[in-house]
Amino acid sequence: MIRLLSPAIFLAVVAALAYVPFVADSYGVTLGIGMLGYVTLATAWALFSGPTRYVSLATVAFFGIGAYTVAVFSETIPYPLLLVTAGAIGLGVAVVVGFSTLRLAGVYFVIFTFGLAELIRQLVTWYEVNMAGTLGRYIFLPVTPEGIYWQLLALATITFLISWWIGRSRIGLALKVIGDDEVVAAHCGIDIARVKLALFAISSVIITLVGAIQAPRWTYVEPVIAFNPTISFLTLIMALLGGANRLMGPILGAVPLFLLFEWLSANFPNHYSIILGLVFIAIVFVLPRGVLAFAEENWKRWRRTTPENLPAVAE
Amino acid sequence: MLVAALLSGLVLGGTYALVAMGLTLQYGISRIMNLAYGEMIIAAAFLAYVMFSGLGLNPVAGLLIAVPAGFALGYAVYGVMMSPLVKRARDKASLEIDSILATFGLLFVMQGVMLVAFGANFTSYSYLNDPVTIFGTTLAANRVLALVMAVVFGGGLYLLLTRTLWGTALRAVAVNPAAAPLVGIDVNRAARLAFAIGGGLAAAGGVVISMYQTFTATTGVVFTMKALIVVIMGGVGNLIGALSAGLILGLVETFVATYVDPGLTLAATYGIFLAVLLWRPAGLFGRVAR
Repeated sequence: MIRLLSPAIFLAVVAALAYVPFVADSYGVTLGIGMLGYVTLATAWALFSGPTRYVSLATVAFFGIGAYTVAVFSETIPYPLLLVTAGAIGLGVAVVVGFSTLRLAGVYFVIFTFGLAELIRQLVTWYEVNMAGTLGRYIFLPVTPEGIYWQLLALATITFLISWWIGRSRIGLALKVIGDDEVVAAHCGIDIARVKLALFAISSVIITLVGAIQAPRWTYVEPVIAFNPTISFLTLIMALLGGANRLMGPILGAVPLFLLFEWLSANFPNHYSIILGLVFIAIVFVLPRGVLAFAEENWKRWRRTTPENLPAVAE
Repeated sequence: MLVAALLSGLVLGGTYALVAMGLTLQYGISRIMNLAYGEMIIAAAFLAYVMFSGLGLNPVAGLLIAVPAGFALGYAVYGVMMSPLVKRARDKASLEIDSILATFGLLFVMQGVMLVAFGANFTSYSYLNDPVTIFGTTLAANRVLALVMAVVFGGGLYLLLTRTLWGTALRAVAVNPAAAPLVGIDVNRAARLAFAIGGGLAAAGGVVISMYQTFTATTGVVFTMKALIVVIMGGVGNLIGALSAGLILGLVETFVATYVDPGLTLAATYGIFLAVLLWRPAGLFGRVAR
């Protein structure tokens, strides 16, 4: 029954979301674009970082690459090919970065990804100033907000399906072993570097595509806008709040936090990053493994204690 | 040209070395990877700026206030934020990830507070901006003073850690935190102390930087990155390693800026970092840990 019901619910949700632009006003569509963007980012981030426990702070590096590729080639390459180009560049960078850093211990990976966005931003700025001669670029593409919304919805759906499929496949099992103990994984005959690289590449390409699809919303792009570190930070918080090891975790984290941050940036623009930081610290302290794991543990404890207590009361 | 680049490279490198020493203490002894370290540096730079332009206090005297303040901040951050994480951590790896995440949040809080207080503008003040001639090249006096201060602080710390019983205890925790209690060392106390000293060094570095560089509320991340690179190059917990790696980084940056292109200094920094990570992950002077 559940086997039949889950795909039906999934299809119904996707269909309902696809219908939203017909009824919502332009603000609703903008909100939807932001939310779908972060749902996709958080799910893609958790795809790699959840099971392997490699905390990546490089989300915005790939996001920015996607956005900038669209900005640079928007007048020379037709739109669908533009996305393919962005994805290909993201893949190339992911393979180079992954190949050189994924063999390292976790903490070095965190540090490297922490700086990667800054490095790419500096290189792009340097190139734009010295080679292209301008810092900012305009994007004029005939893409409507509704079009962006549907593209993001499609990408979010695909990301969710990939995440679901990986959880059930051999590669997903291999990832779980790697996350628990790399030495054991190596002795089981798992090619650790290759599995990690493959996942890192998939996750990075999806993040690059989110940047590429959202780029036309900006009209004007500068390295500082495209490589804004807050994007990495928000993605990380959202995935952690929901629980990076669960299929639904990143979605459950992304939706409420996106709405909260949207409200905060409208009402407290100056104190936004302070509140952001405090929320994040609170999540690390109170819900280190995410809200889903927390709820599950308490639910189990509650169910375990209740039947035990009942006979005691009866006596 | 060559001598000028060499000298300003040494000034920059001395500052990096000073700053990185604090981070190598925090990471090597307390096992806390502090991503908010650069924000502590910038906070001290703003403190020096406020004291200089508001109270007319010169930065050297400002150190007497900034360094104890940094020490107290480090002590408080460890006590309030880090020790619960240390208590709940199952192993070294999970503490590292937890501390990275918590200090990443702290980074945004501190940056936000400074943005609210000082805005996003470039800040600097003019102190001892007089020309001094050394080896036939002209250098601003504040840069020379910065180098002298970096040498004094770095040297003092080195002597403190190698010549006193108290410093030996701290180094013992860095080498083997499991065996240190066997010889009567309180590891938690040592960790808290090392974190606080790191905060003090960050404050000293911030004051030194504020004397000859412009800074903004958001440049902390760059200093954290550079300090991390120096720490890894020098080997985690290795003071002499941090000192030499800091000087190397400063020299490379200055030479790239002078002879190649000022826009590519950060790229050069990352180039070195990646090279070190790939070929010598235990640092230029370290042995590979088993």
